[in-house]
Amino acid sequence: MLARSPQAAFRRLFDEVGSVDHVGIEERVAKYGTRSIKKASKLWGLKTAVSMVDLTTLEGKDTPGKVASLCQKALRPHDDPSIPSTAAVCVYPSMVRHARRVLGSDTAVRIASVATAFPSGQAPLKTRLAEVRAAVADGADEIDMVINRGAFLAGEFAAVQDEIAAVLEACGDATLKVILEVSELETYDAIRAASFLAMRVIREGDFIKTSTGKTSLNATLGNNQVMLEAIRDHYLDTGIAIAMKPAGGIRTAKQALTFLIAVKETLGDAWLNNTRYRFGASSVLNDLVRQIEKEKTGAYQAPYYFSEAAESY
Amino acid sequence: MTRLPITKTPKVYVGGVFIRSESARVFPLKDAEGNFFGNIPQCTRKDLRNAVEAAAKAGPGWAKRTAYNRAQILYRLGEMIEARAGELTEALLLGGGAKSAAAREVVASVDRLIYYAGWADKYEQVLGNVNPVAAPYFNFTVTEPMGIIGVIAPEAAPLLGLISLVAPAITSGNTVVALASTTQPYPAILLGEMLATSDLPGGVVNLLTGFRKEMIPTFATHTHLRALVGVVNADERKTLALGAADSVKRTQFFKAESPPDWFAGPAQSLEAIRATLEFKTTWHPIGA
Repeated sequence: MLARSPQAAFRRLFDEVGSVDHVGIEERVAKYGTRSIKKASKLWGLKTAVSMVDLTTLEGKDTPGKVASLCQKALRPHDDPSIPSTAAVCVYPSMVRHARRVLGSDTAVRIASVATAFPSGQAPLKTRLAEVRAAVADGADEIDMVINRGAFLAGEFAAVQDEIAAVLEACGDATLKVILEVSELETYDAIRAASFLAMRVIREGDFIKTSTGKTSLNATLGNNQVMLEAIRDHYLDTGIAIAMKPAGGIRTAKQALTFLIAVKETLGDAWLNNTRYRFGASSVLNDLVRQIEKEKTGAYQAPYYFSEAAESY
Repeated sequence: MTRLPITKTPKVYVGGVFIRSESARVFPLKDAEGNFFGNIPQCTRKDLRNAVEAAAKAGPGWAKRTAYNRAQILYRLGEMIEARAGELTEALLLGGGAKSAAAREVVASVDRLIYYAGWADKYEQVLGNVNPVAAPYFNFTVTEPMGIIGVIAPEAAPLLGLISLVAPAITSGNTVVALASTTQPYPAILLGEMLATSDLPGGVVNLLTGFRKEMIPTFATHTHLRALVGVVNADERKTLALGAADSVKRTQFFKAESPPDWFAGPAQSLEAIRATLEFKTTWHPIGA
C-alpha cells in the first residue's frame, strides 16, 4: 500500500530520478565564473549568445508599436551586419499577429508566445488550451507554457504531466517550452524532479525553461546547472535531446558567457546553438552588442550608442 | 606588553566603496627616506571601466541634487579634510619637501573646496542668460553638466592639483573618474576616505591609482567619458587627443612640462566650472 501524502509522493519521485547535492552544485557553478575567455573565443561566445536571445517584452503596457520595434531590433540588433539576429521574439499571445506582420513569414527570427495564463497559470485548462491554439493560429512558432505549480507541490504529478501533454497536443508543430518557475519550487531536488516530469512528456527539441521572469528569483547559475544535469541524465537514459532556456535576471554579457560555459562543460558543443539553448532576456542584448563592439574597436563603449539604452546619462 | 603593528592596506575609493585593483596587482610606495611605506593598488583599464560604470550610475542622482545641496556637500568635504589635515600633511611629506609646504598645500586644498562650494548655487546666474531676440519669445541659455569627466592629476602637488581639477567638475553635477599621481598616490587614498564621510553620494568621485602609461590610453578611448581634464606631458597629450577625437570628447590639458601654479589665483575660477558644462538654449513663447 503506497502512502498517499505529498511528502511520500515526492520521496518516491526523488528516489526514482535522483536527488541533487546542493553544496556540490553551488561549488561547481562558482567555478564557472573563473574561466578566462579571451579574444576570438570571447567574440564567438558573444555572437553565439546574441543568436540565442529570445528578445522578450511581457508587460501590460506592450503595444503593437513597441512589439514592432522589438522585432526590428531582433532582426538587426546593431548596424554592424556581422552581428547575427536573435533567435526569437517573445511576446504575449495578443501581440503575436503584430509580430508576424512585421517579421513576415520568411524570417530567421521565430515568434515565441507565452500562453497558458502566463505567469500564474491559474486559469481553467480549457481556457489555457484555447489560448495556446489562438497563439499558434496567429503565427506563433513556439509556445512558452507554465506548469501547474499548485498540483506539483501537492504531489499530483500525473495531473502536471497530463496538462503538459494537453498543451503539447494543442501546440501542433510549434515548439513547446515548459516553464518550471523554479522560484516557486523551493529546492534543487524539486527543480530536478519537475524537469524530469516535463522531459518525459515533451518531444526532442522542446525546451524546459527556468522561470517566467515575473517573480523575485529568476534564472541563476545554480538552477540552470540542476536543469542542465537533468537534461544530460535524461539524454543518456533515453537518447532524447531536450533544449534549455534560462529566463530572467541575465543582464550582462559576462553572465551570458558564464551560462554558456556551464552548457559547454555540462552538455557539450551539441547544445551550443539556438535550437538547444536560449536566453529569455531583453537588456542583455544591448550589453552583448556593446561588448562585441568593444572587442572590435578596442574602446569601451557608452551605453547610449545602442538603441533603447537603459541608462540615459 | 608589546603590541603587533597594525599596518594599513591602502585601497582606492570607487563607487562608494574601498577596493583593491581587480588585477590584484600592487606597487610599493616608499617614503622620503626610501623606506617601504605600503603597497598601492595598481589599477588597470578594467578598473577604469568599472569606475566609469559607477560614475554613470551615480550621475543622474548627483545632477538632480539642488545646487544648494551640492554646495553643502562640497563644504562638508572641506570640513572633513580640515579635521584630518595633520594626517594629510604627513601623507604629502612621503614625497619629501618641507612640512610647512605640505601644510600649506592642505590648507589651500580646503580653501579650494570652499571656493567651489560657494560657486555651486551661483555659477548658473553668471553663465546662464536670457537672450535678447526679435520675436515674441523668451530665449534662455542654461547650463547642464556634461556627464562623466576623466581627470588626470599632476604628479607634483598630488592633493591640491587633484582637488583643483575634480572640484569644479562636480560642482555643476558632473561625476569624475580620476587617476591620482603615480609617484605620490597616498594623499589621494586618504582623500577617498574623506570623500566617503562627506555625504557625497558613492560613485560621484572615483579615484584610481596606478601607472599613467597603462591607464591613459583607456582614458583616451573610453567613449562614455565626455571630457578629459588633466596635467599631461607631450606624449600623453598626443595619445589623449587622438583618442578624444575618435570618441568626440572635450579636452582641457595643462602641460606637465610647465604646470600651473596651483596656489595662484587663476588656479581657481569660474572658467574651470565652465570647462565641463554644456549650454542649452531654449525658446519659449511669451504668454499674453
